[in-house]
Amino acid sequence: MSKLGISEPRIDGYDKVTGRTKYYEDRVPPDALYVRIKHAERAHAIVRAIDSTKAEAIPGVVKVLSCFDVPDWPFPTAGHPWSMDPGHQDVADRQLLNRHVRYWGDDIAVVIAETELAAVQGVRALEVEYEEMPFVLDAQKAMEPGAPQIHERFPSNILKHTSYRKGDYQSAIQTPGLVKVEGWYETPTVQHCHIENHGCFAYMENGRITVVSSTQIPHIVRRIVGQALGRPWADIQIIKPYIGGGFGNKQDALYEPLCAWCCTQVGGRPVRIDCAREETFVSNRVRHAIRFHIVTWLRPNATIAARKVELWSNQGAYASHGHSIAAKAVNSFPQHYPCDNMEGDAWTVYTNRPAAGAMRGYGMPQASFADESNIDDCAAAMGMDPMEFRQLNIMPQGFHDSFSGNTNYYDSYRECMAKGAALIDYARKREEYSHQSGNLRRGIGVATFWYNTAVYPISLETSSNRMLLNLDGTVTMQCGETEIGQGADTAFAQMAAEALGLASYRDVHVVSCQDTDITPTGLGAYASRQTYVAGFSIRQTAELLKEKILNYAQSLTRQSPACMDIVDGVIVRKTDGSALMGLQELAMTAQYNPVHSEHLTAESSYTIRNNAYSFGCSFAEVEVDLALCKAQVIRMVNVHDCGSLINPALAEAQVHGGMSMAIGFGLSEQLLFDEKTGRPLNNNLLDYKLSTCMDHPNLEASFIENPEPSSPYGTKALGEPPACSGAPAIRNAILQATGVAIDQLPLNPHRLFAEFTKAGLIHDS
Amino acid sequence: MYDIKALYEAESVSDAIRLRLAHPEAQIIAGGSDVLVQMREGKRAGKELISIYMLDELRGVRLDEDDNIRIGSLTSFSHITRDPIIQQHCSVLGEAVDQVGSPQIRNIGTIGGNTCNGVTSADSASTLHALEAIVELTGADGVRRLPIHDFYIKAGVVDIRAEAGEIQTAILIPKESYENCYGKYIKYGMRNAMEIASLGCSVNVRLSPDKKYIRRCRIAYGVAGPVPMRVPSAEAVANGSPLTREMIDEFALAVLLDIQPRDSWRASKAFRQHIAVEMARRALTGSIERAGGVIV
Repeated sequence: MSKLGISEPRIDGYDKVTGRTKYYEDRVPPDALYVRIKHAERAHAIVRAIDSTKAEAIPGVVKVLSCFDVPDWPFPTAGHPWSMDPGHQDVADRQLLNRHVRYWGDDIAVVIAETELAAVQGVRALEVEYEEMPFVLDAQKAMEPGAPQIHERFPSNILKHTSYRKGDYQSAIQTPGLVKVEGWYETPTVQHCHIENHGCFAYMENGRITVVSSTQIPHIVRRIVGQALGRPWADIQIIKPYIGGGFGNKQDALYEPLCAWCCTQVGGRPVRIDCAREETFVSNRVRHAIRFHIVTWLRPNATIAARKVELWSNQGAYASHGHSIAAKAVNSFPQHYPCDNMEGDAWTVYTNRPAAGAMRGYGMPQASFADESNIDDCAAAMGMDPMEFRQLNIMPQGFHDSFSGNTNYYDSYRECMAKGAALIDYARKREEYSHQSGNLRRGIGVATFWYNTAVYPISLETSSNRMLLNLDGTVTMQCGETEIGQGADTAFAQMAAEALGLASYRDVHVVSCQDTDITPTGLGAYASRQTYVAGFSIRQTAELLKEKILNYAQSLTRQSPACMDIVDGVIVRKTDGSALMGLQELAMTAQYNPVHSEHLTAESSYTIRNNAYSFGCSFAEVEVDLALCKAQVIRMVNVHDCGSLINPALAEAQVHGGMSMAIGFGLSEQLLFDEKTGRPLNNNLLDYKLSTCMDHPNLEASFIENPEPSSPYGTKALGEPPACSGAPAIRNAILQATGVAIDQLPLNPHRLFAEFTKAGLIHDS
Repeated sequence: MYDIKALYEAESVSDAIRLRLAHPEAQIIAGGSDVLVQMREGKRAGKELISIYMLDELRGVRLDEDDNIRIGSLTSFSHITRDPIIQQHCSVLGEAVDQVGSPQIRNIGTIGGNTCNGVTSADSASTLHALEAIVELTGADGVRRLPIHDFYIKAGVVDIRAEAGEIQTAILIPKESYENCYGKYIKYGMRNAMEIASLGCSVNVRLSPDKKYIRRCRIAYGVAGPVPMRVPSAEAVANGSPLTREMIDEFALAVLLDIQPRDSWRASKAFRQHIAVEMARRALTGSIERAGGVIV
């Protein structure tokens, strides 16, 4: 019986809900010293001096280290595979501690102490002398002449600018009779808000440094720690235990390099860095705030004649993942709504804000908001139903992208929209809500997205896997792909059990913890690639192991391997289906055979030179209380074509999480900064309005399972897609409810108050 | 990881008074949902604490000899909401404190701590003002009672005399404030849970026996000024008036004469003013409906 497409319970579920699962904090040695970081309290400055006299006098303080003590070279932090091409390597622009303070919260010193309290007191006792400089928080202002220069090597603060030209936009827009739909769309700085803050600890053994970290990308972090410390990469061992979420924040080297370095400064004694939530908001990574300018030219028949997209991506103080996000965002447009004449420009710009990095969706929630808002405005301009307009213009079946090699094999967009519309009763509600008066108004909106599953051809795609046949006939498997809460290990176990012919996914013991000394090299959890890329190496390695098993079985059964198979953990003769021997018997015999003992294992790497389109849509139904300036999502449906589902319940959970993130992105979340000082204002979970379950309707997830032909398991992206289209669906629903098109997120009461006032919808007299 | 210099655990009210006199600089801690958060932020770092959390004598709700509702200061929000006396006589207060933070916070947080913290956003505070609650303080010189309006001195500062060894021991809701009174509390937040009020509005009314007129109306706000405040201009509109939509609109607009919300990054003054009017309208409407009145 197939092990796929079944909602098996998570293999880590029982331990997690009973509190038995070990996270990094559960593994910290009892003698570890506490490292607390002194964060700059200026948005842009040079540290002139740090007086640590008072801090060092505090009982328990072991050592104070500052930006004047660290190695004098920069390193990159992005969790990208290393590129052998220097032109594609990540920008190295920060040091372990920085003398040039580039945002409020930059790391300038550490206090290492016997107790957490002494470390905290030590940090409070540091006296810092700054030479203040002007700062800039806005990406476009940072490009203006005379703006503060944040990194010497990047004039006008432009980290990178890319563009494309297709057809002839300028000529195309001269055609008489075109309708122009232009808008500025803006998304805010938001943060991942995973449950477990980032933290790590480091210790030295035999001259090597081990870092146990809450990370998504252990193998990549090993390379970055080596670069930051100037040590051979194999001197570094990274261990990744279970982690409490990441959403891309931990797809960066966060404090592992600093922790490793601090360890070397106290003779290799264990040291730990534990981020507080306030630090996580500011001194880890955030999502890029992006401003878009879109001009769409429509023919009288409502097709798109020409389109121009410009965007400015707020990088913050350090490059991290840099321009990859803006590039992904701007390049989504020509494929989403193909048209013959397009211009696209994207700038990624340094500012004095927290560094922006990877976050679930990687530019697509921003692009989807801008694109799908503009598309709804286009539909309105043509007097068309928004879904009908999309069906007319959206990527057709058979569409091929020559760069990625992706093909839209099915008519996924239209299938997803049709299913979502039926589930939420779109047409009837759209009609019912088209003429409303009074204070409470309802609306229904739709938005779509596409998503690349993996990172080919921009970066390397590789996956390695190791399988061992145990003496009881089960299999132990090590993957380079990481479990970060999404349920990856369970899906991998199902895939391996299927490929090997085991009786149950429970017969696959997935070694969840990655240890770079032991685990076959993998790149970790990012993009939405793990189920897809691991599929290649799991299938390949399973076939190798199966071949070894059947070859060994030949010596015991005298049957040809070609005439045997493994079915439900039993070696069978294919010709008549009869059972020859169980895997346990085979494993025991192979291991303890006095003449021919063999430990049956297999290991392989697979380089994936493919990518795969993933598609979907969100439908949101909102109720707006005009007078209270509040919008509540009362129903929401997401439909995804992510190929064949390995575990439907886990897939559904993945969608629920993404929808929740999209609701927060749409309605409430925003990291705010004081215009006068650049200080973050709401870097805590009270003032940063992460949406709660009380702000959610029942989240409805549905699927179209068109098997992805490039994948051995027919699967493609689902990790990030659920976060992409929710916010514009909410925006478009509010548009239907109120007639007000709001182009800046979040759609919180402050913004609704301003917009409803402008539209004359509210008044107090 | 709390920077606490010392912790003194009081065993009785008199012991708490003794500790207070012995350690005048010490901070009183009850449930700790405000104090510990402040200590973690460094605001009260290095302080001594006197815990009164074990004093069960300060827990519970009862009617005193004058039929005032007496709420022990250590009564948690969740106990207040579920208390039969509160539910029967003063459900608006149970409704208000049920909007604090989360279930966990409502289980640990106390009404005494909520008021002694002195912040304008406290969910109990506007309702206690609208109910003209009396604060009971017990010190070395005995018991002192004062109206809640006088208890709040300025933002974050309340009238508790450490030098007299005082702790807050009870909050009293006078019979006159709850008898035949019906109220509604509206909390305005940016999300539906885990929230601090952008504005809190509490109204209660007593109708005439024929339910045609408002005999007595009280309205109070949190976050409309540095401390919770009553709104006399609006009350004057409602008192003695018939139950008409025009009256309710006039009542709502009248709040602008008295409230003084400020501009901050959390919300603009204009926004708070707009919301305050709408909340007054809805809270009065809700109160009248709960009292059995019919708005014409």
